[in-house]
Amino acid sequence: MSEPILEISGLRKSFGGVVAVESLDFGVNRKSVTSIIGPNGAGKTTIFNMITGYLVPSSGKILFKGRDISGKKQHVIASLGISRSFQNVQIFPHMTVLENIMVGRHLRSHTGLLLSWVLPPVMRPEEKKIREDALYWLDFVGLADFADRPAGSLPLGNQRMLEVARALAGEPELILLDEPASGLNTRETMAMGSLIERVRALDITVLLVEHDMELVMSISDHVAVLNFGKLIAQGPPARIQEDPDVISAYLGE
Amino acid sequence: MNNRDYIAFAAFVAIVMGLPLFMTNEYYFGVLIFAALNCMACIGLSLLMGYAGQISIGHGAFVAVGAYAVGILTTRLAWSPWLGMGAGVIAAILIALVIGVPSLRLKGHYLAMATLGFASIIHIVAVAAVEITGGPAGILDIPGLKLFGMALDSDLRYYYFTWTVFCIGLFFAINLVKSRVGRGLMAIRGSEDGAMSAGINISRYKIQIFILSAVYAAVSGSLYACYVNYIDPGPFNIMYSVLLVTMVAVGGLHSLWGAVFGGILLSLLPELLSMASEIFSGIGFVYKPDYDMFVYGGILLFIMLFLPEGLAGGLSDIGSLGLKLLKGMSRRAGTHE
Repeated sequence: MSEPILEISGLRKSFGGVVAVESLDFGVNRKSVTSIIGPNGAGKTTIFNMITGYLVPSSGKILFKGRDISGKKQHVIASLGISRSFQNVQIFPHMTVLENIMVGRHLRSHTGLLLSWVLPPVMRPEEKKIREDALYWLDFVGLADFADRPAGSLPLGNQRMLEVARALAGEPELILLDEPASGLNTRETMAMGSLIERVRALDITVLLVEHDMELVMSISDHVAVLNFGKLIAQGPPARIQEDPDVISAYLGE
Repeated sequence: MNNRDYIAFAAFVAIVMGLPLFMTNEYYFGVLIFAALNCMACIGLSLLMGYAGQISIGHGAFVAVGAYAVGILTTRLAWSPWLGMGAGVIAAILIALVIGVPSLRLKGHYLAMATLGFASIIHIVAVAAVEITGGPAGILDIPGLKLFGMALDSDLRYYYFTWTVFCIGLFFAINLVKSRVGRGLMAIRGSEDGAMSAGINISRYKIQIFILSAVYAAVSGSLYACYVNYIDPGPFNIMYSVLLVTMVAVGGLHSLWGAVFGGILLSLLPELLSMASEIFSGIGFVYKPDYDMFVYGGILLFIMLFLPEGLAGGLSDIGSLGLKLLKGMSRRAGTHE
């Protein structure tokens, strides 16, 4: 039932003399919503970047479905079934909203350079399928009305939704959301929360970094607290909220 | 909406194929053949620069590779020009691999530096390797092309031939832009991090598109050699590479039509300038062809400052502005009634 999809052991990352993450041991259960919280600079995004290949760990192991993925390239890790969003959104601003999600179908389509070059789109059945699938995910996040708008013209809340849609379009098993509610207003944050609930309902495992405590505590099965690169507590939300170490880390002593 | 490019393409083909019916001066066929050859190289460069966001400042060297492959193999080894063209394409692919693999794996504009160096090397080789390239004197008597037993020996025939080849190349490029790979390339320009998270192998894509752009340039060069039947290092200096970049940028970086537009416009510009010089001489100002570069530079500067999306982008902005005004006016007229 609660077998881990992601197992991290002895993970460490230092930038020169600064240790960002120190001997981290941590697991994410399949089909759970797990959150990593902690003050700014605690090393949360560094962990995300190591899991998804944007940073190479100084040492330690990251096992995804039992397979070591540490130090692999970003696109390889994506192809294994890990998608992500970014704290500072990384959409493709000059492409339309729909095209952005069509890029997300990249891993689920195959036509190479030569055939794409020689054959017009009408002669590539895959093209129609990519568009239909992208429309499905566009509708899933509720952006169907914006399909033909340039992605860069959307407000931040919708851009974050779009990034999640792109990540979902690759049909990942594990999705990493890096502060999906940052910069959003209350209504947008609630919409993001319900979107995460619906992602979980698809049996996709969610790993979340977030500062909005209300959001974290309401949707997480498991919360891990990081401070100065070290794990100081982990457990169900109710227990974390009462943990004295956590309270002191957040409020300061 | 999605088929707009193909409709524009059909219209473009009709114009290009119909144009000779209205042309009386033989001289302009030559000018337009050179325009087609420049456009050919520009299309490849547009895919590389406008869609994948990588810069090559040495693309003229790939044109030279295509031209010299035909020149050397036909005159020294008596190959058919078609085979020479194939060899030129293969040579361009191999060279693009050698330059692209190391420089495109790195982040940043290393490709621009590498291609600049490559262009200098090719030019030096063309000048100095006298036994192979003929040196500054060049290669004479390059045979023309034959198509299905028919020699393409008149300017009219060669006009149709080069523009047909160009149209096929443009058609393929449009296909590519509207594909999984084309979207992948545009994604790389938008956000490399975002593209990688979607599973796109960005260095592989950049290398592939660089190779494809080199092939377009090589074909352009081969067709050039077969048309003028004579090549020397002169036309393939660094300034030619810069001119190609200028054509793409002036027309509009982020659209293939921009490259076509810029290619044609700057190919015709020397003709327009020489016409203008007659007017200038009337008012006592002597215009010399040496001033061309000054004019090119001025145009590029103007475009970069005021129309960063190029003339094609600027025109479409003006077009949509006009449309908006019209709509606003008709709405206002409607409320008055």
